[in-house]
Amino acid sequence: MTVTIPGKPVPVPTPETQPFWDGCAAGELRIQRCTDCSTAFFYPRPVCPACGSVNVEWFTASGRATLYSYVINHRPAPGFQDDGPYAIAVVQLAEGPRMMTSLIGVPATPEALVLDMPLRVMFEPRGEVYLPVFTPAGAGP
Amino acid sequence: MSGGPGVIIAGAAETDQVGKLPGHSTLGLHVEAAVNAVRDAGLSLRDIDGIATVSAPGPAQVAHALGVVPRWIDGTGVGGTSFLLHVRHAAAAIQAGYARTVLVTHGESGRSRVGAAPFRVPLSSPGGQFEAPYGTFGPTTTFTITALRYMKDFGLTHEQLAYVAVAQRRWAAKNPRAAYRDPITVEDVLASRLIAYPFHLLECCLVTDGGGALVVTSAERAGDFPKPAVFVLGTGESAEAPMISQLVDFTESQAFRLAGQAAFAEAGIGVGDVRHLMIYDAFAHVPIYGLEALGFVGKGEAGAFIADGNTEPGGRLPLNTNGGGLSYTHTGMYGMFAITEAVRQVRGEAAAQVEAPDISVVLGNGGAFATAGVLVLGRQPR
Repeated sequence: MTVTIPGKPVPVPTPETQPFWDGCAAGELRIQRCTDCSTAFFYPRPVCPACGSVNVEWFTASGRATLYSYVINHRPAPGFQDDGPYAIAVVQLAEGPRMMTSLIGVPATPEALVLDMPLRVMFEPRGEVYLPVFTPAGAGP
Repeated sequence: MSGGPGVIIAGAAETDQVGKLPGHSTLGLHVEAAVNAVRDAGLSLRDIDGIATVSAPGPAQVAHALGVVPRWIDGTGVGGTSFLLHVRHAAAAIQAGYARTVLVTHGESGRSRVGAAPFRVPLSSPGGQFEAPYGTFGPTTTFTITALRYMKDFGLTHEQLAYVAVAQRRWAAKNPRAAYRDPITVEDVLASRLIAYPFHLLECCLVTDGGGALVVTSAERAGDFPKPAVFVLGTGESAEAPMISQLVDFTESQAFRLAGQAAFAEAGIGVGDVRHLMIYDAFAHVPIYGLEALGFVGKGEAGAFIADGNTEPGGRLPLNTNGGGLSYTHTGMYGMFAITEAVRQVRGEAAAQVEAPDISVVLGNGGAFATAGVLVLGRQPR
């Protein structure tokens, strides 16, 4: 008998979200905007949440963001047991939309994580997909 | 409810005990609460012709277990505020003639998890694709994530956040059914272990087993029951974002505000008329957001308002007088317990009874600021 220890959750794309995940695999943060009212939005969907238009298109976002808010989680989710306390963050993209993410290349401490600090996107492999994560804008590589 | 006679809560009760109840299944808790509420109304289960409860175990299962044959069913399941929405929907149904006597039930084996539905986010859902991969693990990691933004923008201190738990413990001390009754200090709260910074254990709600139920019927029958009628004067509901990352603004709840505005307008009241208040408190910041969304204080003022003692015993706006989810009980979908406490207060039978609460307001939350319901309850018809 084998015991399967659950790993970190791997997103399962749907037809509406596949272009986003394809972008991540190509190293690009592709999100959508409305061609009628110009509002950029996330998460992927076939209608503009600002004006109701179905005239939406994909574009590649800059990958620049700022730290909007976060928690430092001390009760790890399944698959995160070895991470120690870890930050779960919400970032505001330069284009306007917000998304949840992980922060890498920076300690998960209140001192290191200062709201509104500039960040840039990176992509981490997770199962079959690449996951967008963020790191301080000045950090290498 | 404009025009019609309106509705009343004629019966309201909780399970015999709340807390750790491994001898009860989720369904068993629904049944016990239902029987108690129907008895409280002086009725028989045969008098019930409408049923409302959340999707698991669901209204068909609860009705069947009770031997109730409904001619009106509401299975609205939008988290812990669902029961407030059930009251609102029941009010509409009763005035439309679709039902005469509606039973709203809650039961949840939140702690012991006997016969409880599993927690699972499908990894193809928006939340499964765009939040779960980052290590979210229930409400302690999602509901809480707005707080640092609020603290930075409005200067709420860690001590003020902790004081929310201190104030509510003072109410719980007066309630023999409360899980935690010993006094606590801000220092105690800040010394309790970190759950998800900036939240410590004592700033997070309990996880318990229990249930509650309500009997809702036409206000035309107000004198027909053993207990004083509690009039439903106004109601509201709204939804914002099913994923916390997509809230419009992390420093406020749009759904709380819209549901509150609808309920206050229907009741024809202002904040100055409210003598008792229940705000769903899954975490210590939620009453802060609720006080501001309902207009009791201005934006950014609620932390100081609570820390100044306004909401604790002896304060001018008694808030969460059962001790709340932080100290009384929290099964997972706490909204029912906020309603039952408001009913007890309006009737004058609460453990920590406040003076003449002619009007009590209940604000319920569903998910993590995802949905909201508000009830304005009163001792007199409008």
